[in-house]
Amino acid sequence: MNTLKFILAFLLALPAIASAQGKLNVVSTTEDLGSLAREIGGDKVSVTALAKGYQDPHFVDPKPSFILAVSRADVLMVVGRELEIGWLPPLLTSSRNAKIQPGANGYLDASLNVRILEIPTGQITRAMGDVHPLGNPHYWLEPGNGRKIAQAIRDKFSQLSPGNASYFAQRYSDFDARLAAAEKRWDATLAPFKGAKLVTFHRSWPNFMERWGLDVIGYVEPKPGIPPTPQHTLEVIDAMKREGAKLIVVEPYFDLKTPQSIATQVGGKVMVLAPSVGGTKEATDYIALFEYDVNQLAAAFKQLGGK
Amino acid sequence: MRPIDCARAACIAAAFLAPRQAAAQTPDQAQQVQQQIDQLRQEFNQRISALEAQLAALQAGQAAPAPSPPEAAQGAPPPPAGTVEVPPGAAGAGGPTGTLPIYGTASLGSKIFNPDMAVIGDFLGAAGRNTTDPQPALEMHESEASFQAIVDPYARADFFISFGEEGVELEEGFLTLNTLPGGFLAKVGKMRAAFGKVNSLHNHVLPWTDRPLVTKNLVGGEDGIDDAGISVSRLIPAGTLFLEATGEVYRGDSSDLFKSSKRGDLAYVAHLRGYHDISESTNVDLGASYSYGHNDAGIVRAEDIGRFTTDLFGVDATLRWRPLTRAIYHQFVGRSEVVWSNREQFRTLRPRASGHERSVGYYVSGDYQFARRWWAGGRYDQSERAEDSSILDRGGSAVLTYWPSEFSQVRGQYRRTNYGDGPDANELLFQFQFSIGAHGAHPF
Repeated sequence: MNTLKFILAFLLALPAIASAQGKLNVVSTTEDLGSLAREIGGDKVSVTALAKGYQDPHFVDPKPSFILAVSRADVLMVVGRELEIGWLPPLLTSSRNAKIQPGANGYLDASLNVRILEIPTGQITRAMGDVHPLGNPHYWLEPGNGRKIAQAIRDKFSQLSPGNASYFAQRYSDFDARLAAAEKRWDATLAPFKGAKLVTFHRSWPNFMERWGLDVIGYVEPKPGIPPTPQHTLEVIDAMKREGAKLIVVEPYFDLKTPQSIATQVGGKVMVLAPSVGGTKEATDYIALFEYDVNQLAAAFKQLGGK
Repeated sequence: MRPIDCARAACIAAAFLAPRQAAAQTPDQAQQVQQQIDQLRQEFNQRISALEAQLAALQAGQAAPAPSPPEAAQGAPPPPAGTVEVPPGAAGAGGPTGTLPIYGTASLGSKIFNPDMAVIGDFLGAAGRNTTDPQPALEMHESEASFQAIVDPYARADFFISFGEEGVELEEGFLTLNTLPGGFLAKVGKMRAAFGKVNSLHNHVLPWTDRPLVTKNLVGGEDGIDDAGISVSRLIPAGTLFLEATGEVYRGDSSDLFKSSKRGDLAYVAHLRGYHDISESTNVDLGASYSYGHNDAGIVRAEDIGRFTTDLFGVDATLRWRPLTRAIYHQFVGRSEVVWSNREQFRTLRPRASGHERSVGYYVSGDYQFARRWWAGGRYDQSERAEDSSILDRGGSAVLTYWPSEFSQVRGQYRRTNYGDGPDANELLFQFQFSIGAHGAHPF
């Protein structure tokens, strides 16, 4: 009889246990979106990010282990703007998960309410390299956009888990306040270097550079996605000498050989910045990412003799 | 004009209401309120003049100089004239996002529902000597057109139409139901069967210019098991291990492998795939396959008097290594497949044979990307023939591939083949591949 009671009690308790574990299962394509989801979701969500921060987000293998993650997701957050076009579609199809298909409630395209730069006007062809016809997808590298993504996440989580809406709202305003305080710090750190000139490897930084008034005068890549050529490298060296630019910013997933030879030629410096959370071990979350990049940049400009 | 009216009304209201409240307060507060009013008035005046300037510009038929909006309201810019906003959520599954150009009038916005289209050209050349299985010196081997889109909230569709030297063929054309309950994924249409690895791959994603001897001898050649049918697959829960089981039913007509002479002569394919991440850069992919169908050995003068069948068993293994921080520069893929064929046929073809011809074949290959644009690889091939296991073909290849970009590649392959029933062949094969149109998914 006791056993029966125990089983009954256990069965009655099951729904409670299930709801206690009823966290929203969130999958994001990148660690940046994952970090923002953790900021908003707290302990009411469990977050899995597919691509690592030190990996080129254009070239990710659609591994079957990702299919497993997406198949169990309640929410799928994507960067959009065709960043994941080479690897997300097969994952979506194979996930067998109706909740996170495009158009379903669990699908969140983070690019829909942010500021997108470099949307091509006029005709575009692949002669321009691997251009993104819908604008530059590296938009998360600007805290204002991060705030808007966080808002979209708050709204999405509240829609899917209405009982926790006030919790998410609270977490958002906490994040918002911390981000605003950090932004003041970053603005002050980079203010002395406004208008400073530099070169980046890929066009990953337009939102970041625009925000802090830094002037990207060229790219190590001749065209997006096209590896450096000797001719173009000479042009970059000339431009850097002409404009007095000394700093070359490289993403962690590109080869440093060409940037280093350019730096030697112009007496400058190569610096690996994190384009994403996890891009370096210091960039543990969205705010730490900017903390790292801003401080690195300021230190480099200071070392190279200011503007 | 409406915003200006509103702004003026607000100004006037503020000017009337504020002093009355102020009258009841201390003179100090009154001064503060007065300052606020002045500030508000100044802001409204600025705003009004900006709007009036904009109005004047519009009336003059010019593009308005946009008054700089406050930071918070500055989202994605509105679509410029001649473009249309894609419905949210069309991205990700191959659909577009953002704004898209419209050609013609705005009513032609339905063009955005056109499928993603691409054409992949496959140009082959061959030099050297091969009398057993000769290829032309130069050949526009295949032009594959693809049309892919989401059908509705429940399904997507993919068409691959192959234009070869012998005509046009629907290589694949199928509907994928990816929102079925119970974790099932179903495909309906004509498709490459899930038998092993190479059979399910299109030419342009193979790491070679050709297909291995075991495919040619035992699994239906270049076209392979490619038939009209239904495929159902499901993930099997196994913790962190990826396990997928697939069952397929086909009409029973696949190149020279299966031939259906009655409606009931269906062909079947079963496939089990296991995948595991050994580390973030290394993973292993294993598969086991089985296929069954009627063959053409018993068909004499268009009548199937033999009613013979073929069983195929296969195992495959793929090992991949790709360091994530250098993923675009270096990777290694090792592949192998073994296939056993059990083919019923008339004993008279080989007097001492049992009527069951049992043949086996395999390949082992390795491909290494040693620079951003360069791949080198090798393959060893060996296979008996399905209809006569006493004939054993062997081959070896060395392959070098150059990628100018993600959308084109040039490949050279030296291939030596020892045919069991003919002179050895030494050939230099080369290939140009180029793709235009929508950006397809990277093969895995």
